[in-house]
Amino acid sequence: MTDTVNDQIKNTVTSNDIVLYMKGTPTFPQCGFSSTVVQIFDYLGAKYASVNVLDDSEVRQGIKDFNNWPTVPQVFVKGEFIGGCDIMREMFETGELKTLLVEKNILAS
Amino acid sequence: MAMHADDIIAMIKEALPDAIVELVDLAGDGDHYKAIITSPSFAGLSRIAQHQKVYGALKGKMGGELHALALETKAE
Repeated sequence: MTDTVNDQIKNTVTSNDIVLYMKGTPTFPQCGFSSTVVQIFDYLGAKYASVNVLDDSEVRQGIKDFNNWPTVPQVFVKGEFIGGCDIMREMFETGELKTLLVEKNILAS
Repeated sequence: MAMHADDIIAMIKEALPDAIVELVDLAGDGDHYKAIITSPSFAGLSRIAQHQKVYGALKGKMGGELHALALETKAE
């Protein structure tokens, strides 16, 4: 991973409350796992920035190295890596995700 | 591109010998699986760390040869 990609990712995840690295866009997700995460955030009414990794092969590889996490989607909240699709789904189902977003002042309680 | 279910289970068990692994072929195409893994070695770890342990066991096949492996991990 080049430093530039690393810096670019760091910059993106720290300058947005929620960042979703995904395949496709929220309107046209190109993978079922990415689509699931989009639906979760839409359901919660949480605003997020999204990055389509299919647009940039350096970011696509870079995001995997950044978190030592081999798959996309990946979610960041306030700069911290929270997980991929499975963890998002689990946290959504248990209510932890909403609690976290409220605690971080991203969602109103 | 696809991986056999037996190979996936064997790789996870090699790295986590105490694990109980249940594998479901979601689409019947040998490329979309869900694994439910119970291992005492997950105790005290965050979900992220638990999943990273499983990805580590698969030695880079995840995201490559293996496109989709939904994970559910628990300590007991």
